[in-house]
Amino acid sequence: MSLYNIFDVAGSGMSVQTTRLNLVASNMANAETVSSSTGETYRARQPIFAEVLDGAMANQQSAAKKVRVLGVVESQSPLRSEYAPQHPMANQDGYIFKPNVNVVEEMANMMSASQSYKNNVEVLNTAKQLLQQTLKIGQ
Amino acid sequence: MATTIDSLFGVHEQALIYRSKRAEVLASNMANADTPGYKARDFDFKSVLNRLNTAAGHVTQTHHQHIGFDKTPATVALAYRTPLSASLDGNTVDAQVEQAKYAQNAMDYQTSLRFVNGKISSYLSALRGE
Repeated sequence: MSLYNIFDVAGSGMSVQTTRLNLVASNMANAETVSSSTGETYRARQPIFAEVLDGAMANQQSAAKKVRVLGVVESQSPLRSEYAPQHPMANQDGYIFKPNVNVVEEMANMMSASQSYKNNVEVLNTAKQLLQQTLKIGQ
Repeated sequence: MATTIDSLFGVHEQALIYRSKRAEVLASNMANADTPGYKARDFDFKSVLNRLNTAAGHVTQTHHQHIGFDKTPATVALAYRTPLSASLDGNTVDAQVEQAKYAQNAMDYQTSLRFVNGKISSYLSALRGE
């Protein structure tokens, strides 16, 4: 029954959006994490999504395409360096390094992720209602 | 008046199958709304149903001992949607469009379901002689 596959598909959608929201939370929490070298500094992380091409669903000649997190990449945009010799984390030259997290971008990302999550919940609820009505056929 | 139990529900039995298939395709589109390079897919419900009707209309089982045939084609031809606006990552899913189509598809599914239910209740009342 095709409608049952929707639970898997929408579930995978909710799962990847949760990963995205987690990364946004992580980026926001670490937006002001200071370090004394560029190597140790936190960098903004973003998930990369990909459709699932293999697996049990492909064998059933199903049209359903789940989604998965292919990986997490770190932003390559430059870190913010600041001259603060009094700072306890300052290096020999008196510089501290702050993450390349753009808080405004992260907020927009968060809203997009939560909207996508809601869409998947709606899809799942509708499929559930259709199945419940189908089960009641002839009653 | 349908004579066999097979033709009792008419086209609605097949319609339910393809409506649920389409719901699956549209759900996949929405799950992949943020997947780079994903192309939104759909199929033309009307043409699938038309093909089914003509295929089933020309071939009929005239004897009960004849080898039966499967009236449902195993696969439906999926097509890619033409995007309303291009996106940088190559994704062609428009969440609003998909949502609208999904809602419409769900309504159509319920319509077919209502017809099936109506058939069952009318047959039941005929059987009971009410």
